[in-house]
Amino acid sequence: MNPNDRNTRNGLRRITRRGLIVTGLQAGFIGLLAARLRYLQVNQAEEFRLLAEENRVNIRLLPPARGLIFDRNNVPIAENHQNYRIVMVREQAGNVDEVLARLTRIVPLSDEDYAQALDSLKRRAAFVPITIAEQLTWDQVAAVSANAPALPGVTAEVGLTRFYPLGSDFAHIVGYVGRVTTRDLEKVDDQDPLLQIPKFQIGKSGVELKIDRSLRGFAGIKRIEVNALGRIMREIDRKEGRSGANVQLTIDANVQNYLEARMNGQSAAAVVMDVNNGELIAVGSAPSFDPNKFVTGISTAEYQALNDDPYRPFANKTVQGTYPPGSTFKIIVALAAVEGGLIDLDETVTCRGYMELGNQRFHCWKRSGHGKLNLRDSLKHSCDVFYYEMAQRVGIEKIAEMARRFGLGERLDLPLNGIAAGLMPTKRWKQRVIGSEWRIGDSLNAAIGQGFVLTSPMQLATMTARLASGRAVVPKLLKSVDGAKTQTAFPPDLGISASSLRAVRDGMFAVSNERGGTAYSTRIAEKTMRMAGKTGTSQVRRITTMERRQGVTRNEDLPWERRDHALFVAFAPYDAPRYAVSVVVEHGGGGSAFAAPIGRDILLEALYSGPPPIEAYPASQRTRIMNERKNLPLRRPEA
Amino acid sequence: MSYLVHNLKTVPSGPRKVLYLNWPLILLVTAAASVGFLMLYSVAGGSFDPWASAQAKRFALGFVMMLLIAMVPIWFWRNMAGLAYVVALILLVAVEFAGDMNMGARRWINLGFMQLQPSELMKITLVLALAAYYDWLDISRTSRPLWVAVPLLITAVPMFLVLRQPDLGTALLLGIGGVLMMFLAGVSWKYFMAAIATAGIAITVVFQSRGTPWQMLKDYQFKRIDTFLDPSTDPLGAGYHITQSKIALGSGGWGGRGFMQGTQSRLDFLPENQTDFIFTSLAEELGFVGGVSLLAIYALIIAFCVTSALTNRDRFGALLTLGVASTFFLYFAVNMSMVMGMAPVVGVPLPLVSYGGTAMLVLMMAFGLVQSAHVHKPR
Repeated sequence: MNPNDRNTRNGLRRITRRGLIVTGLQAGFIGLLAARLRYLQVNQAEEFRLLAEENRVNIRLLPPARGLIFDRNNVPIAENHQNYRIVMVREQAGNVDEVLARLTRIVPLSDEDYAQALDSLKRRAAFVPITIAEQLTWDQVAAVSANAPALPGVTAEVGLTRFYPLGSDFAHIVGYVGRVTTRDLEKVDDQDPLLQIPKFQIGKSGVELKIDRSLRGFAGIKRIEVNALGRIMREIDRKEGRSGANVQLTIDANVQNYLEARMNGQSAAAVVMDVNNGELIAVGSAPSFDPNKFVTGISTAEYQALNDDPYRPFANKTVQGTYPPGSTFKIIVALAAVEGGLIDLDETVTCRGYMELGNQRFHCWKRSGHGKLNLRDSLKHSCDVFYYEMAQRVGIEKIAEMARRFGLGERLDLPLNGIAAGLMPTKRWKQRVIGSEWRIGDSLNAAIGQGFVLTSPMQLATMTARLASGRAVVPKLLKSVDGAKTQTAFPPDLGISASSLRAVRDGMFAVSNERGGTAYSTRIAEKTMRMAGKTGTSQVRRITTMERRQGVTRNEDLPWERRDHALFVAFAPYDAPRYAVSVVVEHGGGGSAFAAPIGRDILLEALYSGPPPIEAYPASQRTRIMNERKNLPLRRPEA
Repeated sequence: MSYLVHNLKTVPSGPRKVLYLNWPLILLVTAAASVGFLMLYSVAGGSFDPWASAQAKRFALGFVMMLLIAMVPIWFWRNMAGLAYVVALILLVAVEFAGDMNMGARRWINLGFMQLQPSELMKITLVLALAAYYDWLDISRTSRPLWVAVPLLITAVPMFLVLRQPDLGTALLLGIGGVLMMFLAGVSWKYFMAAIATAGIAITVVFQSRGTPWQMLKDYQFKRIDTFLDPSTDPLGAGYHITQSKIALGSGGWGGRGFMQGTQSRLDFLPENQTDFIFTSLAEELGFVGGVSLLAIYALIIAFCVTSALTNRDRFGALLTLGVASTFFLYFAVNMSMVMGMAPVVGVPLPLVSYGGTAMLVLMMAFGLVQSAHVHKPR
């Protein structure tokens, strides 16, 4: 092998030729690459530029306007107000602390809010707008705008927020809305994308909570251009969502306002119901609170004060509160006895002030006794001994069955929170829950609405409405949703003989229209509007033998929480019943003195759809009533 | 050796060698690398960290190595070729057992101070080995079957090892690089005709193997070919790279969006934009003008190498220079084709520009060899 061969001309020429071929191919391919680049970047530039735009388009949700809530006469109860808020963008603000300090001179911020705003500003991305303050007045917004040069990165925005113009009147019925919390998201299996919007308001209690889905509406869509970091450049287009459904309640805002004003200062609950179709005219629980505070954010101190109030303002006592019905329960026992044929209407029972059973003595509220009375008089005077006798004749099972037919001991279906079922005890119930045998004494206590029996004011109103109409009326709160009337079946007949119903109604007529009746002093003078009622006073403490011997302590001398509950149920007009009412004044004292006047006043308000003429009251009471009316804390002074 | 004696008279010696370096080539290589620093700076959002500064340090190291290699006579490197090839082969085998996994592939060996990618090293040692082989082989035997089988084996062994990592792109580049060397050395046309025919059959077989137990390519490799043929079928999945890349290129237009103004290639829309897809960033931000400028730099690098090779009467030097030029060409041709939707997405970096330590160092060493051949060529 000659080493020189490696460098022969022949060998080199071959490399030269092959090298040029390869280089030529490479040059060709480089040309191809350049042509391809030109095609993509110049010829097709327009098309790809469009595709690039698509990459940068983002979709944002537009929260819909929440459905409005009206009363039966289209008075607005829940509205959406424009909410001015201040937002701040960190990267535009420059010195955040300084700008924030300047801002607080125009818009005062609590230390808590200030710290929170500062924290969010530092934590979130620099270009994300952070809400610093909400619910600003127009003046504040104007001041911020005027000082814009000194407040870089600060802008005023407008959004919608819930507002309840009638304030505390509807706090328990309509409830309130609040921001979506993570707990809300966990609780409901709701795929609605709206819930993902920070600070989106959803119903938290009452009607707002129960029919939230209808009120909420559906999200709109906004297409915005963002850069690769997600910063919004501009809005491209938008598709509006669908506002929530407007809702009309059966409530009359004026009667409701009167009711709340009438119960002012007391821990009480009252319900006014149409006896024929169950429409609720007013449902009030006192004391109440301002739901607007919850929308804007209530301070811890205020919340704590409301929460610690012994009168329990947060509770909707009309459905959540359960009370021993006291003598109002005698309506049920009387009906069970008459319907069962266990007493004739003219049959009498003698009351000596007590009844002895075994070695126990069961007292009548009137220590001296009522003497001989028939069913009508027993209701009129609310004699306890008469019903002790009835309890033994009828038995607890029949009483419980009658109570059920009147809606007691069963949960009513209403769009409200925490509806209590109350309690209608039976032998089996006691065996199961208390674990002991039902004794006859339990029946006697139950017959006068004491012992185990518990009812809510809503149930008592339903009971009274059913008695007045003879039909299984069901309470109803929603009159229409989104313009469509809510359909309810015509209430079926209770299946109780007309004569039995008439007998009990007649007894109730005597209660509030005949001298000696427990509610005679709160009668209605106007003949066409006369009412039939039943008072009740339910003990919340046990009266010992010792105390009874020494004389029962007067209610006024007891601490508030140990006083009796005052109750009253009634319907009117007696001849053609329209409205039923129930009133419970917690620890109010005697039913006739403390609950019946409220019952009469709100019934009259409902019957006349406004303030009744003074002639509706008995002549002797008119001056006092006039004075009382003047002092009522009504929203709008009555004309 | 007589040619050595003959050469010694004309070859420059001592510090004078610096004057004989191929300075335009050095300038062009530095220009290409500078484009890389610029784009890495832009892709990082206007920051030297984490890529641009690291890349610059490697370039500086590579630059020194290039000069050192250039100073050493070319015949020394020819004698070293076999050893270099064996070392690279051992490293490739080592990666099988001791390599670091990264994104589903085992390609790296951790040397402590850097992550070494033996498959990159092999690209240049293969060229070196084949150049030495054809320098040694008597020209009359070049096309004899036995002497054709040897270079085929030299190419196939590392190719097979790289394919196992698995790294389809590099394996293909090795194969094409080896075949090109054989073509340049003057192996008869007939072999290449036969090879093309065989390859056609082989491709058919590989595709027929799909879905069978003896499937020859990984699913993702098949998928990449599928989406290459029709990227629109899976715009958010496998075709995402190509579609997004084309969008970025297209939105660049003539003059580009401006340096550091690219929206598509930045952060979200394009992954791996500091390595294999860096050309999209460049073309988006600097437009057609910028893209073609880089292409021109590459073309000039090839041109200067080819000129150097064709004026080199030393067979080894000429073959080596052409081989390096071809390998360099394959790098950017495959990368740009892939980015512009003309080839499947395979992991091939843009030479001198893409972020990556081994590729940069190996390329600089290769240019060192080219310089050495240039300085020491017989005059």
